[in-house]
Amino acid sequence: MKMTGAQILCESLVKEGVEVIFGYPGGAVLPLYDTLAQYPQLRHILVRHEQGAAHAADGYARATGKVGVCLATSGPGATNLVTGIANAHLDSSPIVAITGQVARPFIGKDAFQETDITGITLPITKYNYLVLDVGSLARIVKEAFYLARSGRPGPVLIDIPRDVFVDEAEFHYPSKVDLPGYKPTLQGHPAQIKKAVKLINEAKQPLIIAGRGVVISGAYTELKQLAETAQIPVVTTLLGIGCFPETHILSFGMLGMHGMAYANMAVDAADAIIAIGMRFDDRATAKVSAFAPHARVIHIDIDPAEIGKNVRVDVPIVGDVKVVLNALNKLIISAEHVDWIHQLDEWRREHPSTEIRESAELLPQFVIRKIYELTQGKAIIVTGVGQNQMWAAQYYWYNRPNSLISAGGLGTMGFELPAAMGAKVGCPDEIVWCVAGDGGFQMTIQELATIVQERLAVKVAIINNGYLGMVRQWQELFYKRRYVATPLSGPDFVKIAEAYGLPALRVKHKEEVVPAIEQAMEEQGPFIIDFVVEPEENVYPMVLPGAALTEVLEEPRKEVATWSRRSTP
Amino acid sequence: MVTTKHTLVALVEDKPGVLNHMASLFRRRGFNIESIVVGHSELPHLSRMTIVVDGTTTIMEQVRKQLDKLIDVVKVSDITEDDIINRELALIKIRATSSTRSEIIQIVDIFRANIVDVASDSVTVEVTGDEEKIASLLNLLRGFGIKEIARTGRIAMTRGG
Ligand SMILES: Cc1ncc(C[n+]2csc(CCOP(=O)(O)OP(=O)(O)O)c2C)c(N)n1
Ligand SMILES: [Mg+2]
Repeated sequence: MKMTGAQILCESLVKEGVEVIFGYPGGAVLPLYDTLAQYPQLRHILVRHEQGAAHAADGYARATGKVGVCLATSGPGATNLVTGIANAHLDSSPIVAITGQVARPFIGKDAFQETDITGITLPITKYNYLVLDVGSLARIVKEAFYLARSGRPGPVLIDIPRDVFVDEAEFHYPSKVDLPGYKPTLQGHPAQIKKAVKLINEAKQPLIIAGRGVVISGAYTELKQLAETAQIPVVTTLLGIGCFPETHILSFGMLGMHGMAYANMAVDAADAIIAIGMRFDDRATAKVSAFAPHARVIHIDIDPAEIGKNVRVDVPIVGDVKVVLNALNKLIISAEHVDWIHQLDEWRREHPSTEIRESAELLPQFVIRKIYELTQGKAIIVTGVGQNQMWAAQYYWYNRPNSLISAGGLGTMGFELPAAMGAKVGCPDEIVWCVAGDGGFQMTIQELATIVQERLAVKVAIINNGYLGMVRQWQELFYKRRYVATPLSGPDFVKIAEAYGLPALRVKHKEEVVPAIEQAMEEQGPFIIDFVVEPEENVYPMVLPGAALTEVLEEPRKEVATWSRRSTP
Repeated sequence: MVTTKHTLVALVEDKPGVLNHMASLFRRRGFNIESIVVGHSELPHLSRMTIVVDGTTTIMEQVRKQLDKLIDVVKVSDITEDDIINRELALIKIRATSSTRSEIIQIVDIFRANIVDVASDSVTVEVTGDEEKIASLLNLLRGFGIKEIARTGRIAMTRGG
């Protein structure tokens, strides 16, 4: 039976198991929108800005592990997706972005709302397509989803001219893809695995650095098995958080610029590093020439191009993390590293890194810790970028995979709200907290309307410090406290919430924190708490830019610690 | 670190945008590209590219891997260390008068190059060979006055196999 391009697209999306599309209409996609009405199984969520659609698809993808889908019209609709696509690209998040394009006869004529979106997104997509023939549409959709989710996941864009939606063709959904240039290696090379095993068995002070690859590959049990069998301490990157339970005896937190001092010290002292599904980002390694000076490095990653890119590697293993760890675990012998682990525990006692100092003021760290306690560590936390992001990473303990969703690679302010929205759509039964900065929140604040319209019970904690806090912190430390262009005044977030039609509270004092969070959680729908916190609080520990991981600036105000790390409720 | 010229050969899908994609990759990652040549291969829908890049061995490893990562690149190999044949074609237009023309023809003959066009004040020479051969011919012709040069860039293939 012949179908229109729009029908072929919808049928293909159904075949791919798509359940939700975050989108925004316009001229070039009107035929598609008209057809969408015939597909109630494809839930369309109308965002209020296309950037929100891309971030929502990304948040959905990270929370569920499925491919997220966003949709925009040609020209400005398509360009509004760009930030979200770049964000998904750097964090290897599987999304398929569908854009309308001007009709084929107008392409290249600078037609109304024409933009070369495949050209623009070339370096920020895993692959992209301009569909010039309706007969190729089904194949392209099949390939796009396959590419997005397989190997190292990433965004794929499909640009579809308006007249292709209307053209007709027979619909056959291919069962296989034929991509001769794309064959991700899943199995690690046996000889390399043997070398790695030998290195691990010989190591006296081994350390695992786990990244988002563990999450993507779903290798939690395999990672745990490796760590426990060979008694190897584990640190994670920002995006690796949650892939190993943070209250586990072998967990030593996040490494990097705002990582735990003891995690960084562990990296510095280790004689063997097993880097798993991570890419030695400069925020994680700090000064790369001083990184892990005593260690031989095993690097397991599915992307061969990541190996040796930033850090010299002794034993490269290209493959899927889960598959490789399974093979490794068969050969690894159990070991104990009592002295080494004791040493790390010692460092943790000396440099606690996540204690909260005694203060009469409302501290942001205190807010995060209370959210942890009241959600019993069972929420999905979606963060903004900046100080709020680092506090959310540091002061909440993530014991579940995929429980922290954060824009790591691109550091995109404005990610928080739409990504939280996407996560909630994908996981309606989970508690989703959006930890927002007062700056970043305003970058995509319009999605409050979407959240209300779709009745999404996202709980928002605005860490309102009245500043572009992270930038202010740098100005304080490196520009003699000249706060240029960082103070933010207003708006009144409670009134904003009221205007959008959702309940909100303002919290200024410590004792109001718990009741406010409780109230937010009791509420059926979305809720906003505007936490007015100590304005000039800084994020510590901090490795100064350009310095080695061990050159850590710690909280200068060492007062009584109020929490011990394992005070799990 | 020492940089050397490396010859990469890539088999790529014959699709619009492939060259663009590769060029964009070279620009973005700051790889120093010397020449890039594309043409049909012996296989339908696949083109063969010869790319000459200047870089250290570690950079070359990255170049190779990044190229390989592109979906449309089916295969890529660094054949610098192999026993290879490499060729380039150049068209050289030289100023020529009745008094210099025969001398030019002599030089061209020695290089087994061809004269492909003769005009009242110029001759155009076509030469094929490796870069060294083309460089030495150019050197000898320079004295007559070179009006125009067009070069294809290197294409290469391993011997035997
Ligand atoms: C889109 C975007 N613009 C600019 C920046 C640079 N930047 C990084 S952190 C930051 C401040 C963020 O302020 P806020 O959202 O209030 O969070 P805070 O650091 O105060 O918690 C800025 C401007 C960015 N990361 N993203
Ligand atoms: Mg702020």
